[in-house]
Amino acid sequence: MNVSLSTTDRPVVDNTTSLDESAGPKIRGETHAETRECVLVEAINLALHYEMARDASVVVLGEDVATNGGVFRATLDLKQAFGAERVRDTPLAEGLIAGLSVGMATQGLKPVAEIQFMGFMFAALEQIICHAARMRNRTRGRLTCPMVVRMPFGGGIHAPEHHSESTEALLAHIPGLRVVIPSSATRAYGLLLAAIRDPDPVIFLEPKRIYRAQPLRICNDGKTLPLDTCFTLREGEDVTLISWGALISECTQVVEQLHEQGISVELIDVATVSPLDITTILQSVAKTGRCVIAHEAPKTGGIGGEIAAQLAEHALLDLKAPVLRVGGYDTVMPYAKKEALYLPGIAEIKSAIEQVLTFG
Amino acid sequence: MRGRQQFSIHFLQYLDPEGNLDLPLPAWTRDKSLLLSIYENMVLARLLDQKAVALQRTGQMGTYPSLLGQEAISVCTGLAMAKNDVLVPYYRDAPAQIIRGMSPTEVFMYWGGDERGGNRNAASRDLPVCVPIATQLTQAAGVATALKMKGEDRVVVTTCGDGATSKGDFMEALNLAGVWNLPIVFIINNNRWAISVPLAQQTRAATLAQKAIAAGIDGIQVDGNDPIAVYEAISKAIQGAREDSQPTLIEALSYRLSDHTTADDASRYRDADELKARWQEEPILRFQQFLHQQDLWDADREKALQQRCQQVIDAAVEEYLALEAEPNSAIIDYLHAFLPYALESQRSEIQQKKANVAI
Repeated sequence: MNVSLSTTDRPVVDNTTSLDESAGPKIRGETHAETRECVLVEAINLALHYEMARDASVVVLGEDVATNGGVFRATLDLKQAFGAERVRDTPLAEGLIAGLSVGMATQGLKPVAEIQFMGFMFAALEQIICHAARMRNRTRGRLTCPMVVRMPFGGGIHAPEHHSESTEALLAHIPGLRVVIPSSATRAYGLLLAAIRDPDPVIFLEPKRIYRAQPLRICNDGKTLPLDTCFTLREGEDVTLISWGALISECTQVVEQLHEQGISVELIDVATVSPLDITTILQSVAKTGRCVIAHEAPKTGGIGGEIAAQLAEHALLDLKAPVLRVGGYDTVMPYAKKEALYLPGIAEIKSAIEQVLTFG
Repeated sequence: MRGRQQFSIHFLQYLDPEGNLDLPLPAWTRDKSLLLSIYENMVLARLLDQKAVALQRTGQMGTYPSLLGQEAISVCTGLAMAKNDVLVPYYRDAPAQIIRGMSPTEVFMYWGGDERGGNRNAASRDLPVCVPIATQLTQAAGVATALKMKGEDRVVVTTCGDGATSKGDFMEALNLAGVWNLPIVFIINNNRWAISVPLAQQTRAATLAQKAIAAGIDGIQVDGNDPIAVYEAISKAIQGAREDSQPTLIEALSYRLSDHTTADDASRYRDADELKARWQEEPILRFQQFLHQQDLWDADREKALQQRCQQVIDAAVEEYLALEAEPNSAIIDYLHAFLPYALESQRSEIQQKKANVAI
């Protein structure tokens, strides 16, 4: 649909074109695209290689991203392929990494910054919130911040303290930021390409628990996926199950187990938690009348609450049962020995689905 | 290298507070029009600053941070830069911004609560005024990185106050400028006060310039109320940045003769005698006396200049007060390049609201 903007120097645009290949420069050699088997972190690496080759303004920066290829190897061999000018190890300062990216982006570069773990992003938040998210608005479009901040997030890998949090709701609360969370290798590839090509700042959260979980065949054709549309992974009739990130794995298992019991679950991967595609969710709930939202982040104040509130606002009469949330507990992420106790899993998701199915 | 390092910080001053010469003049001062331009821009800066305060006091503009007494630093920053260099300013640098093409009207617009202020020149790559302290410095390092990567001989000049040197961003930016040999000049506008906290409570270091030593870059201290010293230091530093990609930290010693902002009352924490003494060192009268000594200035020229500046300011005020407001939807139209679907209903709601224009 067309959005007419108020200033004369901005074109009337079709929103869909910003997500489409046709919006970007032509891709050379796309007819000879190779197909490769990749796990999620390799898909990220593949997308970075693709886009750095395609667009000379893309710069990768962060701690250990160049010579070491990133502590999770997401940036492997980029320095060898594109040189130390475009693939930069920075001093150890997250605020600096974000501030540098803002400065670079205002001058026409497309920085893709890595924060090593989400637990260390807080020093970067002032730059992300006060500057990256606002630059276009506060300069009335004179300067922009086409930058991506990538970071691994979430628990379940027995990591040390501060390495396992899920604080996506903090970021989703900030106007001007897109917050994207892939849950498979193919979505990681297409969404990261879209994030880098987006003309505004995108936070790209990588579920590190499934970094090396499931290899998928990826066509390295440079095709993007939309940044404001939920992915309906399974169609179903009885209940809508909504999730994102690593927990999609458990949700998929739940869907399969319940299918054997004759229960048809529609599974939606939100993937772009901000801006939130509520339309796809409303259409699904209009069909099923029941909804469970599962996320790893603490339950209170999480994105599940926002989805539930929008269902209450727009779908009350479609609902046959209360919307239930399955979340992490409202406590500090435990150390490795007890993280399994914190993390929601198959049992909790199944139990919530049974509750909404037997309500009333 | 092991063990103790020795360092010293050079202090640069040509004009003493009475406008007398301490050192032989640098060669660029043979350009009389440049000397006059420094003076004229300082006078315009002061009158504009006074008008901004008056507009706030009469309810026609919002909170405003005066730069009274610090005109030499900002004016020389603006004049020493090339047009296609990039300025990354803090929030007391309107004179430099104006020299670089921003209109005086835009100063009133920005502090009057209009986002268009500072952004009329769409071609400018200068960053906007930065309010969160010191965050502009790491951004400036990013700008310098971008310019260097493009292989252009453009440089970045970024400014901050003395309070900013207490923040991590300051050292992070300085440190990186050293590691990456960035074409950047950092200027500390040391006005001795961070709202109510004096410099002695920010640092035990004898100078702020010496913080450059820890980053492995050059640091120099100048009399920030001596326009010749300030211009000389900045233009030398810019030359080093442009020709050899050498970063420099300049600490310019000045004094905030005003309150922190129009919302502040410095008499609560600052001694009146100290303020009185510091008025003896302010840059405009000092430079005027120097120009008189050089036979470059007289009472008639002063009168004509005052009139010209007043006309510029009156026209700016008139334009500011007559400006048409942006449409309501401007508050959301510039958030993203393309309005996300999720925000369309909010945009419609905003458009339908009655405009609320009050400052």
